[in-house]
Amino acid sequence: MIWSRLRRNKLLTFALVLVAIQLILAVGAPWIAPYDPMAQSVARRLRGPTMLNWLGTDQLGRDVLTRILYGYRTSLIACVIAVGVALFAGGTLGLVSAYYRGWLDRIVMRLMDVLFAFPVMLLAIGIIAVLGPHTYSAAAAIAVVYTPIFARLLRGPALVLCESEYVAGAKAIGASDSRIIFMHILPNLASVILVQTSLLLSAAILVEASLSFLGLGTQPPTPSLGLMLSEGRNFLLLSPWSAIFAGFGILFLSFGFNLLGDALRDTLDPRLRGQS
Amino acid sequence: MNRVLLTRLFDLVVVLFGVSVIVFLMIRLIPGDAVAIMLGANTEITPERMAELNRRVGLDRPVIEQYLVWAGAALRGDFGTSLWTGRPVAGEILIHLWPTLELTFLALLIGAVLSVPVGCLMAQTRGGAADVAMRVGAIAGLTIPSFWLGIVMIIVLASIAPGFASLGYVPFSEDPLGNLQRMLLPSIALALPILANLSRLVRSAMLDALGQDYVRTARAKGLSERRVVYKHALRNALIPFLTSVGIMTGYLLGGAIVVEQVFAIPGLGRLILGAIAERNYPLIQATILVVTAGFVLVNFLVDMLYMLVDPRVRA
Repeated sequence: MIWSRLRRNKLLTFALVLVAIQLILAVGAPWIAPYDPMAQSVARRLRGPTMLNWLGTDQLGRDVLTRILYGYRTSLIACVIAVGVALFAGGTLGLVSAYYRGWLDRIVMRLMDVLFAFPVMLLAIGIIAVLGPHTYSAAAAIAVVYTPIFARLLRGPALVLCESEYVAGAKAIGASDSRIIFMHILPNLASVILVQTSLLLSAAILVEASLSFLGLGTQPPTPSLGLMLSEGRNFLLLSPWSAIFAGFGILFLSFGFNLLGDALRDTLDPRLRGQS
Repeated sequence: MNRVLLTRLFDLVVVLFGVSVIVFLMIRLIPGDAVAIMLGANTEITPERMAELNRRVGLDRPVIEQYLVWAGAALRGDFGTSLWTGRPVAGEILIHLWPTLELTFLALLIGAVLSVPVGCLMAQTRGGAADVAMRVGAIAGLTIPSFWLGIVMIIVLASIAPGFASLGYVPFSEDPLGNLQRMLLPSIALALPILANLSRLVRSAMLDALGQDYVRTARAKGLSERRVVYKHALRNALIPFLTSVGIMTGYLLGGAIVVEQVFAIPGLGRLILGAIAERNYPLIQATILVVTAGFVLVNFLVDMLYMLVDPRVRA
């Protein structure tokens, strides 16, 4: 069933392939990348694309292609952890408050409202001001910022599911609360979770790159796409290549996950199916 | 109506209170001794200096008292003095707020104004390759890093029009043309994701509206297609549009902080990054509090306007 649907939905197939390639590049960076990401070469600094360095070299003579592949790694590790933590924390809070309702629901959702009230970058900057600039600080900031989004997103449909007959049935045969929440309600939210995780990963990649660009995320000399852009900015007139290609790297990575989320929503949401 | 308004007002106060508590607690969550960190590596840390700073920041009093004093002063617009320059924090924020607000406003204007015709166009040309192309184009617009787009535009412009001043900032009151000239590139860079997002929204809202009965009636009356689209369908499609514009402001503020750095604009981004570099926590706190409170209030006002405009929400 999945395969026939895939064949019909070219956009979803394209998105899946795009994301898969980028995941392979990130995971396989140590084997795929042509150079050592830290290897500097004074003789070959700020070069444009050549046969030796396909995407040129940066201000320290490091290979840009290699740094981008390792940058994918840094970015994906940070964002997958961040969005994963946000999904776990926000999802649990959303499901539990939808199931138990009452004062618990009210307190939890008010707290989420408060977190949601902050502009994303501002809250992230505040959290990093406390934790100190680091890749994992950026990841922690993104996790906190996205927690209320997942909580709000899952609470709505979970409230509807809590009223359903099969949940009433599960209660009647004496299933425990946690069993109902995680075995009966959660699986029915799989498509919402899948779509939103993909879309938020795409957004998280941009936030992580922005934070690193501002010097608040990944610190040198660790390869990072946002950092490559801010370092390359100082040498724009001499050689813009490093900055330009790093930007394309961010764009492709974020684009892939966004397209995937978009195509998944079309495929999984029965209300939208059949519409173009 | 009054009940709804009261509930909303109560929610507003709760959210603002929660925001202030989180911002207040920030400084207490810093690992290690915040005061020692604030003194920094440059000065010798002596017990007298620590006690001095402790008293200045008010860290030697009970937490609840500290909060009440801080929040009370903040309500009166008093955020204390900057740890290093000694100038009032409120003034520092005000100086840096204008460029960011202008950038945010211009980007919102460009994005919102262009998104209506673009979205309508997208809704009218449906089906097949054009649809896919537009969808992919919108997603690409959404995921282009604004700060990168800014850098690319600077490079391109520097090679085709070397005389065009695209960096820095001059106040609008001093040199309106120079101000707009320098704001042009950053606002476009910032506006593109908004444009992609909003035009997608207009498209789906328009498709929704065009399928409604009243549109069929309008067509049956023999109205021109243009009148049907722009007068009847668009008006209803604009309702979800307004809410999104409110939410976008928060996104734009964050984006503006980053784009400012690319174009050397002395806005909130410079202020807050400088404050982080010199560990000026009171300034960071005040900036986050002021901007977030402003953002919450703007969204509240948009909600209220909404109730006035759309009778369905009032019920």
